[in-house]
Amino acid sequence: MKVRPIERLTDFAIVGFLWAFRIAVVLVVVVGSILTLASGKYSLATWIDLIGSGLTLGSIYALIALGYTMVYGILRMINFAHGDIFAGGAFAGYFVATALLGIGFLNAGLIASLISIVVMILVAMAVSTALAIGVERVAYRPLRNAPRLVPLISAIGASFFLEYTYRGMFGPGIYAFPDVSILTQRVPIPILNRQWVDVLVIASALLMMGGLYLFVMRTRLGTSMRAVSEDRDTAALMGIDANRAIVLTFAVGAAMAGAAGVLWGLKYTQVYFFTGFTPGIKAFTAAVLGGIGNIPGAMLGGLFLGLIESVGPTLFLDGFNVPSPNQLKDVIGFTMLVLVLVFRPSGILGERVTRSRA
Amino acid sequence: MTAVPAVKTASGTAAAGAWQPALRIGLLGGAIAVYLCLVGIVPTFNERPLIARVISLGEASLLVTALATGYLAAERAPVARRSTETLAGALAGALGGSVLAGLVLVGSVVNVRAVLLHASPELYDVLTLGLGTEGFWISIAVGAAAGGLAALSASLPDALRRPLVWGVAGVVVMGLFAGLLRTPMLTTAVAPAARFLFAPEGLQVAGAVLVFMLVAGAVALRPRLALSRRYHELPQRTQRALVPPALVLVLVIVLLFPFGLGPFFAMAVATVAIYVLMGFGMNITLGLAGLLDLGFVAFFAVGAYTVGLLTSSGEFGLAGLSWWAAVPFAVLFAMAFAAFLGLPILGIRGDYLAIATLGFGEIVRILAGSDLLKAWLGGPQGILNIPKPIVVGPDHPLAGPVQIYYIALACALVVAFVAWRLRGSRLGRSWMAIREDEDVAEAMGVNLVQTKLLAYMLGGAFAGLGGAVFAGLVNSIFASSMALFVSINVVALVVVGGMGSNPGVVVGAIFLIGLPELFREFSEYRYLLYGVALIAIMLYRPEGLLPSKVTRRELYSAEELEATAESEISPAQPAAS
Repeated sequence: MKVRPIERLTDFAIVGFLWAFRIAVVLVVVVGSILTLASGKYSLATWIDLIGSGLTLGSIYALIALGYTMVYGILRMINFAHGDIFAGGAFAGYFVATALLGIGFLNAGLIASLISIVVMILVAMAVSTALAIGVERVAYRPLRNAPRLVPLISAIGASFFLEYTYRGMFGPGIYAFPDVSILTQRVPIPILNRQWVDVLVIASALLMMGGLYLFVMRTRLGTSMRAVSEDRDTAALMGIDANRAIVLTFAVGAAMAGAAGVLWGLKYTQVYFFTGFTPGIKAFTAAVLGGIGNIPGAMLGGLFLGLIESVGPTLFLDGFNVPSPNQLKDVIGFTMLVLVLVFRPSGILGERVTRSRA
Repeated sequence: MTAVPAVKTASGTAAAGAWQPALRIGLLGGAIAVYLCLVGIVPTFNERPLIARVISLGEASLLVTALATGYLAAERAPVARRSTETLAGALAGALGGSVLAGLVLVGSVVNVRAVLLHASPELYDVLTLGLGTEGFWISIAVGAAAGGLAALSASLPDALRRPLVWGVAGVVVMGLFAGLLRTPMLTTAVAPAARFLFAPEGLQVAGAVLVFMLVAGAVALRPRLALSRRYHELPQRTQRALVPPALVLVLVIVLLFPFGLGPFFAMAVATVAIYVLMGFGMNITLGLAGLLDLGFVAFFAVGAYTVGLLTSSGEFGLAGLSWWAAVPFAVLFAMAFAAFLGLPILGIRGDYLAIATLGFGEIVRILAGSDLLKAWLGGPQGILNIPKPIVVGPDHPLAGPVQIYYIALACALVVAFVAWRLRGSRLGRSWMAIREDEDVAEAMGVNLVQTKLLAYMLGGAFAGLGGAVFAGLVNSIFASSMALFVSINVVALVVVGGMGSNPGVVVGAIFLIGLPELFREFSEYRYLLYGVALIAIMLYRPEGLLPSKVTRRELYSAEELEATAESEISPAQPAAS
């Protein structure tokens, strides 16, 4: 076939532009890091601190990201309301914590505090699961076979509905999570400069993610979920109840998000009706970063995004004397997302779906 | 072992089981009523009358729920007899009412207010008509009465039922719009009519009766008049001759619409017009080429900031151009920016593209408000003192948002014209081919990246135009105006209107942008309703409110095709991926 010269020219321009883009990003990262490190403004302790808070934030992103990744894997749909389901868990955790504080149980010794935290997490998981099943039943299930955009708009509607339901029921104010005194104490390793709450967040996130991974890979129910995710019609032919597997996916993802809500509340101590929005978008970003549809990928993507948001502004930008680099942490996060999508569309661990199936 | 008792219960409760659907509706109605109470709609709008001194908006929301419950329960009655249906409606209403009564009783024992702000004594006063806990039976009685009445009306013949239902709906709608209609009417010759119809808030009693009679009368007479049938019975030539005057009438209404409605209305219609303009642009990117762009706001921001920088007489102004001179730059810059962003990401497909563009939108918003660019873009303080496009004295009819309405409409016409001319062109057909199947399109010789880039740039250019008009409307731009909400709104109004349909965009913009602008008195509850409306429209009209004929045909034939094709194709899919 004859290729018109103008088309060849634009093709060259595009390739050249992509390379310039790559080189520019690498230059910013490398030069910025060298300048920052050479300036000697930051001590080792600061870096350890940044990495620590990045891992904490990343664990929460990872927990939320699981719900996005599993639902996307099974329905090819961005569950926009997932962030608000996370917020529902945070609210549930807050009210349980306040009630426990009211009866004087929350801070009555180590065992009582631990029991309180477990109760908070369990209640939040139950509430989030109930919310997610309700949303799935009303807003998504009737649209199973609709064109791709229709469930997306419905999900956006569900997100608005949940946010403003919280606002109507609980008011526009910001709720301050009660302090759990054992969690605010420092871990007895001075160099880490961490509180026990960080340990709790990271450890429980890892524990739950491990449990989820085993559930999905080793149990019958998990296998049915994976089968439906692979091919719904064939799975149905093999006697798997596709609807049940889908509801189960929503429920499991929401339970993780509910737990993440409590952890978020314990760590960042603030909950209000809009709490779910930003972490929701970040967690979806994390899911895409890790390779959507891939559970270990979501964990890795979450941790990576948390780290880059925490360390990135200082490491890459401070060397250029950018004023208040922390304002730009989301810019770094989203730039990472675009970079990963452009140069490794399947995500860090993902299968190659972006160019073939999505 | 277990099967025997199960069968026994099934046969033993056959009669009771037949009532189950109706009673389930009752429970659902009760749950909705409790939700309305706890989310704050009932107590907050108890001060806002629907009909002055008769019923408040809060009470009306519960009453309408009860009526709907009764009506739906009647349809699910075990026997299609009037007495049974009425009983079903009354039972369902009473059941719903008793859920509310349960709320009152629980609220009197446990203090749920620590969690739920609106579970307050004021709410219980509304539910018990001020009787306190002893009045808990009132909601049951009212629920039963309303449910029974609604069920009774459901069994009426069509000729009576339709006027009745429409009349009630008309009263509710007029009651909602009362405040908006009254203010502009008072300044004109129809002021006495306004005073007769409307109280300061809500309808007058006499006004409500009049509205009911008018709407019910019109609906009752409609089948007799049979306008549509008469029109179609006219000879072809007369039919055709009637079209131009009708078009002229519509045009005159559209052009004269913002006059005499006051600045509030004018602002709302100008905002709607800007979204119509951007919706037309999105209709090219999404409707024709199938690229889901959740970062539309990035180009909107480029357009707005370009106009701001080039025209502002404030501290960040660079050139002091007029608005008109700045607009071409705004469009060009937005287009160039779209090319710049589009080049790296247009190789990505589907939802990944949506997320990448969403990321761009957020990046632009954060950068615009950051300290990094504060010296040029003003950071969170934004750019002030942007001149109006048409500079006139404050008393001129074109002062204020009215001029923006016309400018935005004119721009929207241009965009619609471009889209219409492109649709059938080689480029337009390439876009549609890409939308349907990228691989096939590529195999047919469509250059994917270039074709997509053109769609993306064109959408970006129109978003930039929208931003420029927006800057002329509000005269000052802030980074916080560039929220993700703008992008979501544009996508939502295109899908709600009906993808690829330009009249649909207008309807979608009026519905999703105009109505929330008008109902500012409902403050945050507007967004709650926005969410409910999005879900409801997607559930009941997934093709959109006003789909183009082509989309409709494609949607339905595609579904039928899928049903047969999927079973043949799917086994091959895992191998392909």
